Amino acid sequence: MRIHFLYWAECPSHPEAWQRLQRVLTELGLQAEIERIEIRTDEEAEHWKFPGSPTILVEGRDIDPTGAGLPSRLTCRLYHLENGRPSPVPSETMIRRALEAALKES
Amino acid sequence: MLEIGQKAPDFTLPGVDGVEHSLADLLARHQAVVVIFSCNHCPYVRAWEDRMIAIQRDYADRGVVLVAINPNDAVKYPEDDFESMKKRAAERGFNFLYLRDESQDVARAYGATHTPHVFLLDASGTLRYRGAIDDNYSDPDAVEFSYLRDALEAVLAGRDPERAVTDAVGCTVKWK
Repeated sequence: MRIHFLYWAECPSHPEAWQRLQRVLTELGLQAEIERIEIRTDEEAEHWKFPGSPTILVEGRDIDPTGAGLPSRLTCRLYHLENGRPSPVPSETMIRRALEAALKES
Repeated sequence: MLEIGQKAPDFTLPGVDGVEHSLADLLARHQAVVVIFSCNHCPYVRAWEDRMIAIQRDYADRGVVLVAINPNDAVKYPEDDFESMKKRAAERGFNFLYLRDESQDVARAYGATHTPHVFLLDASGTLRYRGAIDDNYSDPDAVEFSYLRDALEAVLAGRDPERAVTDAVGCTVKWK
């Protein structure tokens, strides 16, 4: 499985998101090829269609499909948890669902 | 950056309520003024927003006013423009003042670095607490230290807050 972990260093949410991703991978017993990519410029944000930090792509697909409709830019990304609360970090449930969906398709 | 014990710079800024608000006027009418540099787009602000509303609700009768100030560049972050602020305040039922710092002069004068970034002033306009709202942006039920509430209790009782400075956690201020 191929995962891209995109982040903007100025936003402090990426270490927590990275830990959550690692925990879910361990829990599911998955071996994944993870590429960590630091987005530094508006041009890089545009190139990666980066809607904010952090953004996790599993097999090229955003774990939060709502990201596709957002502008590309250097910012912290807004997620909504399963209980509706806003959060700067995707939930482990969201990450797990994306990984499981990619597994089914493989 | 404004330091503990220093007098806060005055400001006069437009609010989403259509009124110009000055710090001098707010200080004359309140026991404490909570200035929070804030914005629309930042997910950390969004995560803490309900707690900002709760703090204003819980302390209004004790002479505390909460003033959110948005200094962000609205060219790069259009959802932080004044019209979007008005919309956000109406949709979320903000019970606190929400002001626009278009020039970013107020944010620079205070040394704000993040949204949200709290500056608690006593009735004399002296900075008594600076930093985060509490220690857990993600889960209000898991908060261990309610920094701002604790500091408000201390200031209203005439004491120094136990923690006068904490790290502001959130998005960086979007400078022009």
